[in-house]
Amino acid sequence: MPSSPRPTVTAPLSPHLQIYRWTWTMAMSVFHRITGTALYGGTALVAIWLVALAAGPAAYGWVAWFFGSILGRLVLFAYTWVLLHHMLGGLRHFVWDVGQGFDRDKRMALARGTLIASVILTVLIWALALLIR
Amino acid sequence: MAKTSPSLRTARSRVKGLGASGHGAGHWWQQRVTAAANVPLMIAFVVVIAMMAGRPYPEAVALVSHPLVALVLILAVISVALHMRIGMQVVIEDYVQDKGLKFAALFANTAYTVAVAAACLYAILRVSLARLV
Repeated sequence: MPSSPRPTVTAPLSPHLQIYRWTWTMAMSVFHRITGTALYGGTALVAIWLVALAAGPAAYGWVAWFFGSILGRLVLFAYTWVLLHHMLGGLRHFVWDVGQGFDRDKRMALARGTLIASVILTVLIWALALLIR
Repeated sequence: MAKTSPSLRTARSRVKGLGASGHGAGHWWQQRVTAAANVPLMIAFVVVIAMMAGRPYPEAVALVSHPLVALVLILAVISVALHMRIGMQVVIEDYVQDKGLKFAALFANTAYTVAVAAACLYAILRVSLARLV
């Protein structure tokens, strides 16, 4: 061994997502990052909407037409859920930041609650918005 | 200090031995502060969007040019822009290993954030201030 040339050492890689059994807390952690990334891209839609408003009635008409279409509404519905999920995920992180909710049952309830509450709130907001209209 | 040292670190920083740490918690804290600010601001944002949906152009302009709405939107854009830039920076630093690519991605992250924020702020100000002139 001492005489042989030193073998190139490949650094050991830590196991990634595919090796672990999926758990609620892990899934919600992944969701938090994915929803955050989606919202990051989604801000472009907000910018387009606002700039169209500033540009005038013609530009605004096009944007309003898109968001009023079935595809546009689907995008907005998904956007609402993604926003609420990320917001509730952030509130869950605040609970953990102050050192609470780490017991098994509590962290599971927090993780499940994030998903359930985000879906319920999304439906509630849309029902309310359509009702008031 | 030896003149041959290629390091730009000061003698004092070397003695303290903390490396680049010392401001590492800055982003962590700013992420929390903007997250807390985002909660009421984004709830208000969702309400504004729900109120705007389906309204004709003059009404949409009137709503965004209301001082309270314009102010809330401006605060939301600033807080969200800061929040999403840090968030995406963490994602990039986690997944992009190549140094050049990472540099490019971090630059693009800043450029995107600034562009989106500037577009939104310009549009809000344009719409809300135009009525005064």
